[in-house]
Amino acid sequence: MKPRATLAAAVATVMLSLALPVAAAPAPGDWDAVLDAAEGQTVYWNAWAGEERTNAYISWVAEQVDALYGVELVHVKLGDTSEAVSRVLAEKQAGNDDQGSVDMIWINGENFAAMKANELLFGPWADSLPNYALTDPDNTPAVRYDWTIPVDGLESPWSSSQVVFYYDTALVEDHPDNMPALLEWAAQHPGEFTYPQVPNFLGNAFITQALLELSDTTDLFYKPMQEEDFDAATAPLWEFLDQLHPHLWRSGRAFPSNSADLRSLMSDSEISIALSFSTTEASGAIANYELPKTVRSYVHDSGMIGNMSFMAIPYNAQHKAGAMVVANYLMSPEAQAEKQDPAVWGSNTVLSMKMLSPDERALFDGIDLGIATLPPDELGEVLGQPHPSWVDAIVEAWQERYVN
Amino acid sequence: MVLLPAFGYLPVLGGNTFHLEAWQDLWARAGLGHSVWLSYASGLITTLVALFIVVLFLAASQGTWIDRTIRRMVSPLLAIPHAAVAFGLAFLIAPSGLLVRWVSPGLTGWERPPDLLIINDPSGLALMAGLILKEVPFLLLMSLAALPQLRPDSRVVLARSLGYAPGIAWLKCVFPALYPLIRLPVYAVIAYATSVVDMALILGPTLPPTLSVSILNWFNDPDLSRRFMASAGAVLQLGVTLAALLSWWIGEQAVKCLSQRWLTNGARSSGSTAIAVGGRALLITVTLLAISALFGLALFSVAGFWRFPDALPGTFTLDHWQRILPSVATPLINTLSVGLTATLIACVLVVATLEHAARHHLAARRVQWLLYLPLIVPQVAFLFGLVVAAESIAIRPQHALVVATHLLFVIPYLYLSLSEAYRRLDPRWGQVALSLGVSPWRAFWQVRLPLLLAPLLTACAVSLAVSIGQYLPTLLLGGGRVPTITTEAVAMASGGNRRLVAVLALLQALLPFIGFSLALLIPRFVWAKRRQMRGAA
Amino acid sequence: MTPNLQTLHIKQLKLTLAGDTLLAMHRDIAPGEVLTVMGPSGSGKSTLLAYLAGFLSPAFQAQGELYLGDKRLDTLPAEHRGIGLLFQDPMLFPHLSVGGNLHFGLPRRARDKNAQVAKALEQIGLAGFETRDPATLSGGQQSRVALMRLLLSRPRAVLLDEPFSKLDTALRQEMRALVFGQLREAGLPTLLVTHDEADAAAAGGPIVVLE
Repeated sequence: MKPRATLAAAVATVMLSLALPVAAAPAPGDWDAVLDAAEGQTVYWNAWAGEERTNAYISWVAEQVDALYGVELVHVKLGDTSEAVSRVLAEKQAGNDDQGSVDMIWINGENFAAMKANELLFGPWADSLPNYALTDPDNTPAVRYDWTIPVDGLESPWSSSQVVFYYDTALVEDHPDNMPALLEWAAQHPGEFTYPQVPNFLGNAFITQALLELSDTTDLFYKPMQEEDFDAATAPLWEFLDQLHPHLWRSGRAFPSNSADLRSLMSDSEISIALSFSTTEASGAIANYELPKTVRSYVHDSGMIGNMSFMAIPYNAQHKAGAMVVANYLMSPEAQAEKQDPAVWGSNTVLSMKMLSPDERALFDGIDLGIATLPPDELGEVLGQPHPSWVDAIVEAWQERYVN
Repeated sequence: MVLLPAFGYLPVLGGNTFHLEAWQDLWARAGLGHSVWLSYASGLITTLVALFIVVLFLAASQGTWIDRTIRRMVSPLLAIPHAAVAFGLAFLIAPSGLLVRWVSPGLTGWERPPDLLIINDPSGLALMAGLILKEVPFLLLMSLAALPQLRPDSRVVLARSLGYAPGIAWLKCVFPALYPLIRLPVYAVIAYATSVVDMALILGPTLPPTLSVSILNWFNDPDLSRRFMASAGAVLQLGVTLAALLSWWIGEQAVKCLSQRWLTNGARSSGSTAIAVGGRALLITVTLLAISALFGLALFSVAGFWRFPDALPGTFTLDHWQRILPSVATPLINTLSVGLTATLIACVLVVATLEHAARHHLAARRVQWLLYLPLIVPQVAFLFGLVVAAESIAIRPQHALVVATHLLFVIPYLYLSLSEAYRRLDPRWGQVALSLGVSPWRAFWQVRLPLLLAPLLTACAVSLAVSIGQYLPTLLLGGGRVPTITTEAVAMASGGNRRLVAVLALLQALLPFIGFSLALLIPRFVWAKRRQMRGAA
Repeated sequence: MTPNLQTLHIKQLKLTLAGDTLLAMHRDIAPGEVLTVMGPSGSGKSTLLAYLAGFLSPAFQAQGELYLGDKRLDTLPAEHRGIGLLFQDPMLFPHLSVGGNLHFGLPRRARDKNAQVAKALEQIGLAGFETRDPATLSGGQQSRVALMRLLLSRPRAVLLDEPFSKLDTALRQEMRALVFGQLREAGLPTLLVTHDEADAAAAGGPIVVLE
């Protein structure tokens, strides 16, 4: 390096440190430095807050990280994750590159893909977290690929989820085990099944599930879509949906807007079968007085779509060190076990049991999963989320086809 | 800030050149025409129906205790947040709703809810019903605030002495003078109804939704490039709102021309019975619907599991309240401090402007239309620009910024609620005071302000309610650092636990309700011994 | 009542609206004298009153000067002119009691305010009415209170804007006598605007007819 350049760099560094009273985040690899920097920081965690149990769990986390690390955690309650994305986008547009107001986002799938593509994320950092190894990343692709998009250390795993169906045993004798059977059942029980309106993520999951189940080979769905493959590959899906829709709730002329609406319909006995992206949804809703005690969960024989949700740190977050410390704590066995307890929340762990010590494993073994929750060995195979380009394309086509 | 991305300019997403791609994408959207039509039609139809109901009631109203009771029941309805009304109404009229439950299976034989498309119907009737429930109290309150200065009683007495039936007398002699006074509020209602988001999300059609909801979906789409199209949509939404306003204006002119003959044709009683019965019946229906919706919310907030078709929940529990209450102290305090600060500032600014205009005999200026811009441009569109603007001048999210943003919405409502009352206040009051030798300042404090106490308090209550209702401005400009009862409620609503949503909706309604109650009670208390000052109550 | 009685001088007054002359006037009104201005609607009577009282809308232009004795008034704001006003309506502040209305008229540093108010009420036959709500008074009673409120404010000149037109015939006679009697006794220069010939006759002063 030429002397002049060194000088310039030094001046720039000094000016930068003058301009920024908050020191830039320490390297994620130097964990002690991260812990030091994090102490005293206030982390604004932007997280969807539609579930009271989730919010209560986040409050519990806030108490823990305050006591353990001196990090103050504030839950910024969102109705939709994109609201936080908007905020970061606006800050970037305005040139606020280091004092962003969003420190951490609960995110996955398309939102992650969009933020990554638009360089709105900080990192890589996630694979440097001490607890990251507990997820057994080498043997768990779901930790490394978010909807087939390489995570590249830009987000740390938090929760794993899988689509399950739930039904009221008081109203349904035999639940269907696959999509064709579901069609048959719907034809016999018109108006008693529906799914959330696409592009709601659960609605998307349902048509994606149908796409995977109805296709002989699914390999091509895990690669970026080629335009010429689309029609042939999705023909069985449209044939199925065209037949299914007239038998749906309201004859498919209206759809519930999200999984909560769907649950309400179930609660009001308007429908008899519903689906959810949480394996413990039914048990939780029973405990919440939202569903009758006769509701149970089931999965299709061929396995169900599953994915993980993550923590990401925006590129301009003001409290990156604090956010990393919180994200690491969220992956700790204590925090993950607490989260998995249906009495608390009932959201599945991302940790690999074989990476844990016996004591740590015991934390999970003692959990009562709840009356309507399938035990892990009955959940069947987890089908990966197809590449976002496929999901985007079928979502677009769905709207073209069914929105007049 | 809305315009630029609509034409392809948003550097942060790589849009560096101007082009019309966003518009081409927009036109190519499935169901766009229907969305536009829904927004346009629901805005006009609901305003027309709401105005019709209010006018008919006022014409029928004879100041009997029944009429006074109805009036008193309606005003507090204004306090219920839009989303809560929508939510309550949905539960009331859905096939599995309260109404069906009350008559099932006894009268209907239904053990399962009928598969009928009532909520989210494609023609938007449920959405319109919800909007009307909210618009009627607003227009009624605005009318009641404007009426006393027209001395409607003496006008009606005069016309009755000429042989006109009371309802007809009111329509022919009072309404033509009243309408100009409530015109701005009517326009605000049209603008609101064409661009409403929260109610449309709950009650509106979904295949396709209204334009405003589509825009929100596009802005929230994970695919960030959708934002270009969303911005184009926002510009289109502005056009739809303006088109609705223009249509209404044309309608006004037509009615003005056509009604001249009716006003003077000498018919004195035809239709008066219909007015007397219809006016009261319609308003009572609206009130009962709204109260039942509220009742449904209250029931849900203490409901255990509640199976169809049970008329009441099987068990009752205070669980939901106990889970929410511990965490609402800070949001409630924030809501109140932001709302009161914004209202106070807006009040000072608006009153100062109006007082200045009154002292210098200034007519309303055309520039004032700028003031109403925030009411007709979709929030989600220009708030993004506002965040960029605040960030560019390094104003970080904070309490004060939230208050400042609320002012954008609070000031127009305060202005339109107060300006007519202020302008129509007999200038001779001030002149008498000055000619008695008191200073303009004292004339303002001791004469104008007390005379305007009732409309001023009403306007403040409206403003407070507007501030309390703000979701996106609070969240985006506050960067989530200023949680309010509304941000909590909306976040919770996205999870759809109806019992917890009901608790939060009731809490959300509490503060405006107190505001409106005070606005009604304070003048009555202060002027307990002043007969002429109680005209408005 | 007022020791130094002064004449109101209206000098070379010309009121115009967008270039059109509405009226021109050059008059003196002596202490205790009532100048009656008559004319059809639109002849500029109310504009003249607005000019004299200091409420002229900026739409109008005024040339000329207004003096009380040798004190120039037209450059002063309304509240410093000392010109009292009586309208068609009594304009009693509805939010104040009868006593409150009279107190409002009294100058801030006046002495024995309560006694002055009581005396004024007694003069018009309403002794003890201090706490009454003005809305409970008859039209005639209200007019009398309005007159006393005006007098208590110690004006140095008075403008009357058809003050009797809303009263019934019997009351009108009585009020004319009371008003003109009080004004004359106070020795105030007065300008009366009216439609009614009988008002002019009762006023007993010179008459100007506007066209």
